[in-house]
Amino acid sequence: MAYVEKFKGPHALSGKEFTYCPGCHHGIVHRLVAEVIDELGIEGKTLMVAPVGCSVFAYEFFNVDGTVAAHGRAPAVATGLKRTTPDKVVFTYQGDGDLAAIGTAEIIHAANRGEKITTIFVNNAIYGMTGGQMAPTTLLGMKTTTSPYGRDVNKEGHPLHVSEVLKELRGVAYLSRNKVDTPQDVIKTKKAIKKAFLAQMNNIGFGIVEILSTCPTNWGLTPIESMKWLEENLVKEYPLGTFIDKVGDDK
Amino acid sequence: MSEKVMVKGTEAIGEAALRAGCRHYFGYPITPQSELTEYMARRLPELEGVFLQAESEVSAVNMIYGGACTGKRVMTSTSSPGFSLMQEGMSYIAGAELPSVFVNVVRGGPGLGDIQPAQCDYFQATKGGGHGDYRLVVYGPESLQEAVELTIKSFDIADKYRNPVLILADGMLGQMMEPVSFPEFKDLNSFVDHSDWAMVGTKMERDAHRVTSFNIDPYGLEKMNIKFQKKYKEIVENEKMYEEYMLDDAEVVIVAYGTIGRIAKSVAKMAREKGIKAGVFRPITLWPYPYEALAKHTDKANMFFTVEMSAGQMIEDVKLAVNGKKPVEFYGRMGGVVPTPGEIFAKLMELVK
Repeated sequence: MAYVEKFKGPHALSGKEFTYCPGCHHGIVHRLVAEVIDELGIEGKTLMVAPVGCSVFAYEFFNVDGTVAAHGRAPAVATGLKRTTPDKVVFTYQGDGDLAAIGTAEIIHAANRGEKITTIFVNNAIYGMTGGQMAPTTLLGMKTTTSPYGRDVNKEGHPLHVSEVLKELRGVAYLSRNKVDTPQDVIKTKKAIKKAFLAQMNNIGFGIVEILSTCPTNWGLTPIESMKWLEENLVKEYPLGTFIDKVGDDK
Repeated sequence: MSEKVMVKGTEAIGEAALRAGCRHYFGYPITPQSELTEYMARRLPELEGVFLQAESEVSAVNMIYGGACTGKRVMTSTSSPGFSLMQEGMSYIAGAELPSVFVNVVRGGPGLGDIQPAQCDYFQATKGGGHGDYRLVVYGPESLQEAVELTIKSFDIADKYRNPVLILADGMLGQMMEPVSFPEFKDLNSFVDHSDWAMVGTKMERDAHRVTSFNIDPYGLEKMNIKFQKKYKEIVENEKMYEEYMLDDAEVVIVAYGTIGRIAKSVAKMAREKGIKAGVFRPITLWPYPYEALAKHTDKANMFFTVEMSAGQMIEDVKLAVNGKKPVEFYGRMGGVVPTPGEIFAKLMELVK
């Protein structure tokens, strides 16, 4: 009989089974965030704010005290958490519908204040949980249930480049755009997440990592096709890179 | 209690909150309550507390949500249009059972309206302006001394029931000046310990606390709601407050709250001088509403006369209490107009003729 070692995830994950669709990247991102929390040794003092959307259950998947904010309001809730308990490490987990549409005021002002919080921003260019409607991040020509003829720049405007907007704000201490569809990218993204946490832990300012992500269900593609589509389309529209890094080298 | 000092209404409420142990204020300026926000901006740093001006009322209420999640005494204040923006957050705060204190210094509406005193947010305050079956404890003070006492009580009630509490004042109360005496500062270590549910970090010693209004399972959510309703029932049974003024032999019961409750007392005196046995019933808790206490006057009184600075909102609660046993009349002014005792008296005379 073959010996099977029980797979153990990071301690910062609760062990509850993820409810995400096959091929969705939330699971990978959750795992990376949890590994970073473990490695920084902050699980016991981390507070999280889950969003409204597919990752609404995130607070159940993490083994840290957590709450669920109203749509888009996570940075304001996180501000309340951090200001009342400055010794805690606070992060928000948000999607692009949440952060780039209804919550634009909250994210811009939290970032501009240099709020000592960290935001994990998962961008799949579509509304997931509500069933594939157009997001501010939806690409031009991309068909969604509310842009059935393809997003038209004359009607719906341009895809919103959140990281490029935020990089103008002086309160931001760390800002990068990453993806998790290759092992190299996973390693890079994990480093970025760590820096976004260190930005608040070292009291420098606001840290955010935008992570380009797939949504096979609402894109109408297989998980493999989705990865290809991400590489060929999303990355083209939203170039990867580190926009701000006031954290410096990780010691 | 300290010696009496002359203060403005908004500042009296602010100082009372500090004495009650509130060290975290998140808010957004709006007339006629901006001096309260300004007062907290000045005072909180002196007490090593946190003041933050949010980018909007929507953000302010969510900062309160976050602050309350950590079990701290938190507060915000606003005026009508701002209170409307806070309704989303109020529903979440009630759903997550987070103790927190709100002040709404009501001004004339609807819409942008004006900046004069009004009582036109009564429905929104007492019937729930946000979505879902929830209730706030709502206090309607008539004087600055009472506002101070109710503000302090608000924090204790919020803690006791894990529920948001609202001080519903009007612009008159916010802007007037009166002598007030403040109680001593509360010991910050004397409050209800919320560490059994609050987000304070697991310290790697226990399972995570999950503070949320969310429950995807309808049976689970119904169970949550049943729990809320049980709590609201307990509040209804225990927390009603009201004042009776010259009601022992009253044939006319003037029902009014807040600033108008106070003016109504002058009206009752004027009526008595004309030989009309009038008295005042002044609800202090607008939710829970003191229905039974008001209802018991249906035996003696011939008429109930509701006066409000609105088109008539509390009158619905008066009618519920009176339950068709006696006529319920109404006089109201809108748009931020404060009726004079003479105007109310004239209307009363017209009614008793």
